[in-house]
Amino acid sequence: MRIPILKLHNYLLISIQIDLDDQTAIQFQEDLLSKIHESGATGVVIDLTSVEIIDSFIAKVLGDVVTMSDLMGAKVVLTGIQPAVAMTLIDLGIHLQDVPTALDLEQGLIKLRQELEE
Amino acid sequence: MDFQSCVNIKKEWDIVGARQLGRDIAGKVGFGTVDQARIATAISELARNIYLYAGTGKVCFETIEEINQKGLIIIAMDDGPGIRELNQVMEDGFSTSGGLGAGLPGVKRLMDEFDIQSEQGNGTEIKVVKWLR
Repeated sequence: MRIPILKLHNYLLISIQIDLDDQTAIQFQEDLLSKIHESGATGVVIDLTSVEIIDSFIAKVLGDVVTMSDLMGAKVVLTGIQPAVAMTLIDLGIHLQDVPTALDLEQGLIKLRQELEE
Repeated sequence: MDFQSCVNIKKEWDIVGARQLGRDIAGKVGFGTVDQARIATAISELARNIYLYAGTGKVCFETIEEINQKGLIIIAMDDGPGIRELNQVMEDGFSTSGGLGAGLPGVKRLMDEFDIQSEQGNGTEIKVVKWLR
């Protein structure tokens, strides 16, 4: 299964709408980095509104992809983390402290624009 | 012990299958969205441990329906190599697989009861319980 990555001006938009298995998550990580490379995107929003569970593996993949994208020069914002998911992550002891987040896609784009000072 | 069903863990996709079934059962018991997420996440961690460290095993569910208490028991068992560093795996941040080391201590926090039996060469059995409040 591949997660679609949409390009909008200088941004890449991703909405994850499936229950992520490990392989799909790893594939997504690779796909996103290649897409950043080929498109020259400077900002990425990963919307997690439809994601009902983030376990330690998925959290690691998401945290890593933010750091990896940052290394390449693209800022990533995670948006739409559900209340139940936020509570579960803290129970797990996962704080994703260096990961920029926003309430929803709209706020995520505003945050990106601020960070990139456009 | 009113209901028992098991999911065999053999391939990576079974992790998703186990947590989806667990979430369905939790919903039927009457758990709310947050506890359903906690239970599904705990199952995901347990099933992944089986897949990563033992190769194969199973995750079983039992609902508890007594007059004054309802809950869900989840048992994850495998015939893998067992856990040598039993004390260490319960510490946050310990991992032999390059993960976050959040798995087992996380599961313990997500659930209400946590019991682990593991013997080197004799597999691992982890039993966790979530009570409906």
